Amino acid sequence: MKTFCSVWLLLSLVELSPAPPVSQEPPLACTGAPGHAPQSETAEDMASTGDLEPTHYPARRAATVALHYLNTHHGSPFRVFGLQQVHKASAEDVAAGGRKYKLDFSVTDWASGSEGPALRCSADVLFPQTERHSGPEVQLRCEALQQINRTAQEEHAFYQRYISPDSAVSARDIPDSYGNVSEEMQPFWRLARVAASFIMLRESSERTEFNMAQVASVAQQGSSEEQLMLEFVVLLHDFPSQEIIQWKLLASWSPDRGVRVLQTEWQPRCPHATKPPN
Amino acid sequence: MKGSVISVLVVLVVLDRLASGLEHRSYDYTKYHPMDEISAWMNQMERENPDVVSSMVYGQTYEKRNITLLKIGFKNTTPKKAVWMDCGIHAREWIAPAFCQYFVKEILGSYKTDSNVNTLFKNLDFYITPVLNIDGYIYSWRDNTTRLWRKSRTAGTENCRCFGTDLNRNFPAYWGMVGISRNCCSDVYNGPTAVSEPETKAVTDFLGAHQNEMLCYLTIHSYSQMILIPYGVPNISAPNYDELMEVGLAAAKAISAVHGKSYKVGTPPDVLYATSGSSRDFARFIGIPYSFGLELRDKEKYHFILPENQIQPSCEEAYQGAMSIINYIHDKNFKSAAVSQTVDNCDCLMDLECKCDDFKPLY
Repeated sequence: MKTFCSVWLLLSLVELSPAPPVSQEPPLACTGAPGHAPQSETAEDMASTGDLEPTHYPARRAATVALHYLNTHHGSPFRVFGLQQVHKASAEDVAAGGRKYKLDFSVTDWASGSEGPALRCSADVLFPQTERHSGPEVQLRCEALQQINRTAQEEHAFYQRYISPDSAVSARDIPDSYGNVSEEMQPFWRLARVAASFIMLRESSERTEFNMAQVASVAQQGSSEEQLMLEFVVLLHDFPSQEIIQWKLLASWSPDRGVRVLQTEWQPRCPHATKPPN
Repeated sequence: MKGSVISVLVVLVVLDRLASGLEHRSYDYTKYHPMDEISAWMNQMERENPDVVSSMVYGQTYEKRNITLLKIGFKNTTPKKAVWMDCGIHAREWIAPAFCQYFVKEILGSYKTDSNVNTLFKNLDFYITPVLNIDGYIYSWRDNTTRLWRKSRTAGTENCRCFGTDLNRNFPAYWGMVGISRNCCSDVYNGPTAVSEPETKAVTDFLGAHQNEMLCYLTIHSYSQMILIPYGVPNISAPNYDELMEVGLAAAKAISAVHGKSYKVGTPPDVLYATSGSSRDFARFIGIPYSFGLELRDKEKYHFILPENQIQPSCEEAYQGAMSIINYIHDKNFKSAAVSQTVDNCDCLMDLECKCDDFKPLY
């Protein structure tokens, strides 16, 4: 195993394999390093300034980042936003290096589906160009955000149900292989999606586009400071590289404080090992 | 005495019912099926429709499984023009094989009564591969940790021990240029060389041998709700790009008319990401004039793990999209001239071996 990992590491250096997430020191990885960016930038990547075609991927990629930002701020066990449509988009190079996108787009709530009532948003998304990766910076304005039907009642009922000291929810594979999510697990699925948004936002660049493919596991930890504490293992899908990237994270939630992510840990997927080294 | 005879008879009847299995039970097209059930279903389709269905083994997977297609259409002495459809190049995209099965069910269930499908059966042969990447598909069914597998199951080497090649980067069409990784652990690893994989070779061999008949290449994937046209490599345009866009947009319109879902149309460098070595590009590259990749549901929520209650609506809309494309191509090739040898300007709705004199001409 060790020999294999060292050989792989050597080969990675030689072949300029893509690097693991740069926001933390990677352990010796065997496989599945995230950010497996495809080998070359496309012509459109290089030329992505000025008005952008709203249906093309550079606009969608930036809008997805804005969406992750929206979910980190306004997502809850009963509210997750999805991208409905990009209306207008433009990009410009920024003096300090990097590219700033201006977007006009619509989102809908998971609960009502992509044909449901849409919320109109505008956002500035800046992908900085730095030696070490740093996450994009987002400024977001959505109309009538404060007026959305509050799901306060459901949130409080959910909170009351699981905040009790002997509550110890745990589950695996949400959805299961057939796409099923039980009624009880729906809020946990949404919470995982919101918590994963913190990671997806932080790890995004102009070479990535993240979605959450599945929740591998959820395990409730002891409540702390009246927050529900949940340990999730989420599987993220990166569109350009098609990789499935596994992250473990610890999140807290309460109706008052919303979702916070306290710890994150990238988990390399080693096909020849049963658990990550060290 | 009588009681025990009756009990024996009852037991025999029950056993007989159980043994009949698939033949007497209706196949459920709204559920995902493992490979052995799909293979049994293919046999059943051939057995139950011998006049219009025959199966062909045209290659083997890495793990030595037969790759089989169903050839569907009215049988003819000389080769007919043809439409190719493959599903399941990528293992985790379960909705794709579900669609191929649905498509077969639809056309077999309607060719006798629907004059449009009947005409297609006269003039065209459908070559349909419900699961191309069989090894990968079976692997994705193994347990909860394998559900999101994408590639084939080619074993690794001394240098690089991970399994699998991305078959949709392995075709000889601008192979290795963009959208790939040379790291064999990557999900877009394009193989040591172009056509290194037996699954890829099965397709390239077949399409090469049937190049002159093949009018249309359709490959079914998920997710993201798109209709992709060649080429995946930036700045390389198919000569009939405008027409392909037009046909694609018409198909997207047909799709959205069913359940309101919007599908984007364009080349991968525009709407998806630049890619090379895809089967869709290969088909166009060797001269098959119409080549489309369909990316089915969904866009935002379930991604690869589409719930079974969305199989039916997804297939319904994708069917309209596929038919829109197929009908366009058919009409372009057949409306103006009588081509087929079996039937010539005839309305042969009910009689499979009709002779032209028996019926009044259509046009």
